Amino acid sequence: MDALYRDYILEHYKNPRNFGELEPHDLQWHDHNPLCGDELGVHILVEDGRVKDLRFHGQGCAISQAAASISSEELIGMPIGEIRDLGAEWVIDQLGIEISPTRRKCALLSLKVMRGATTGDASWPE
Amino acid sequence: MGAVADKPLVDVRADFPVLAREFAGRRVAYLDSAATSQRPEQVIAAMDRFQRESYAPIHRGVYELARESTQAFESARTRIAEFVGWEPAGSIFTRNATEAINLVAYSWGRAHVGQGDELLITEMEHHSNIVPWQILCEETGAKLRYLTLTDSAELSLDELDSLLAGGRVKLVAVAHVSNVLGTINPVAEIARRARAAGAVTLVDGAQAVPQMPVDLREIDADFYAWTGHKALGPTIGLLHGRRELLESMRPFLGGGHMISRVERERSTWNELPYKFEAGTSAATEAVGLGAAVEYLDAIGMGRIRAHERELTAYALERLPEVEGIHLYGPSDLDRRGGVVAFAIDGIHPHDIAELCDREAVCVRAGHHCAQPLMRCLGVGATARASFHVYNSRDEVDRLVDALGRAREVFEL
Repeated sequence: MDALYRDYILEHYKNPRNFGELEPHDLQWHDHNPLCGDELGVHILVEDGRVKDLRFHGQGCAISQAAASISSEELIGMPIGEIRDLGAEWVIDQLGIEISPTRRKCALLSLKVMRGATTGDASWPE
Repeated sequence: MGAVADKPLVDVRADFPVLAREFAGRRVAYLDSAATSQRPEQVIAAMDRFQRESYAPIHRGVYELARESTQAFESARTRIAEFVGWEPAGSIFTRNATEAINLVAYSWGRAHVGQGDELLITEMEHHSNIVPWQILCEETGAKLRYLTLTDSAELSLDELDSLLAGGRVKLVAVAHVSNVLGTINPVAEIARRARAAGAVTLVDGAQAVPQMPVDLREIDADFYAWTGHKALGPTIGLLHGRRELLESMRPFLGGGHMISRVERERSTWNELPYKFEAGTSAATEAVGLGAAVEYLDAIGMGRIRAHERELTAYALERLPEVEGIHLYGPSDLDRRGGVVAFAIDGIHPHDIAELCDREAVCVRAGHHCAQPLMRCLGVGATARASFHVYNSRDEVDRLVDALGRAREVFEL
């Protein structure tokens, strides 16, 4: 099996969870990776200070799409206040593969838009 | 190293030290020359020799060593100008093609463009030939307009005529060869029509000079920008301009060397080309590019163009064997340079490039600094293979094999 393109990565890429639009929504954010032009947006529904539901939308490579898909399952139910504290390692752990420096931003884009939507912070997660 | 003039092109590869590198036991197949080209031993040696033997401040010192370095710098300029058929005084060294275009946008643009004027560019431009004009439009109130792509990924001279007929176009800025589509634009004809309509023309030759014979007298544009690092040389740019225009323009950057005399309140400017070369010049890089054009000339630009045309033809013949592939750019090889952009259904270009890398095949993935063009093509990104004199048919074969394997990894 390929070390990067593992079965579950490809499965999430081909059938991403929680993808699409969410209407109505309480929070939203849209961002892109300036290196490759990939775009990703998110709609979030909030209830009692937690993520009740969310949808990612956009286009990207297998790594960025799988990162969004895999982490979406963890993010639903999470208190909004905790999302700002999620770091790069959190999403890379979720992916469960080794990420080279050239693909790091691919892996981090979904966390970047989640943090943008919940805190307004548009910086890259560290 | 022998005389490259007589070498079969297949042996030219040995002149490029980087191309001996192996990754995962495979010799590197470098298919990214449209981004930056590799440098032959002759260029590396010329720069090394200049630094070891002749390096000193140019245009300053009175001592023998400084005379020698100035001589090397200026003969490189003469050699480079001759290579594209232009006069040395109208050939300005810049950091790169981007800076050359910005020089025109700043020095010519701010004096000649105002509210209600139009700047005409095209949908296939690199960001370096878009963003400087956007900034100029923001500052002056001028309007940026785009020549659109035809179905065959070319420009329409009829559309050019109808936009020029509006009488407001002050400048036409166009790529000689597209860095994504490979389209070779009829720049001489565009410059002729623009001039007849009272507009100035700037041609971005970054992708043209490295891969085909370019005669600037024949093209007769007002400005022509290109860069050494795509032409087997180091990172140094060139702006060639019509002398009367350059003479009428204010300087771009102020500082040492570009002045004639500095008073407390004002200064007068040095003669061309020095008026536009403020500060200490990149002499080593100039010498390196001089050696690069020497090398290109020894092989012959006609021969290089024929080689790239043949490789492009071969790539366009073999790539359709990959299921789900989409190719971009003109199918007429007479109007297409050595670059092939492509996409494959079900695999993002980034993943294509990653999986090609497993086979030591270097291709580019992304928007290629041409985001407006990507939107025209209806994609966010593409993969791209581009060729130079050191590439061969077996490297195209390796690319096709790598793409087949990428589809297997993605279980397509």
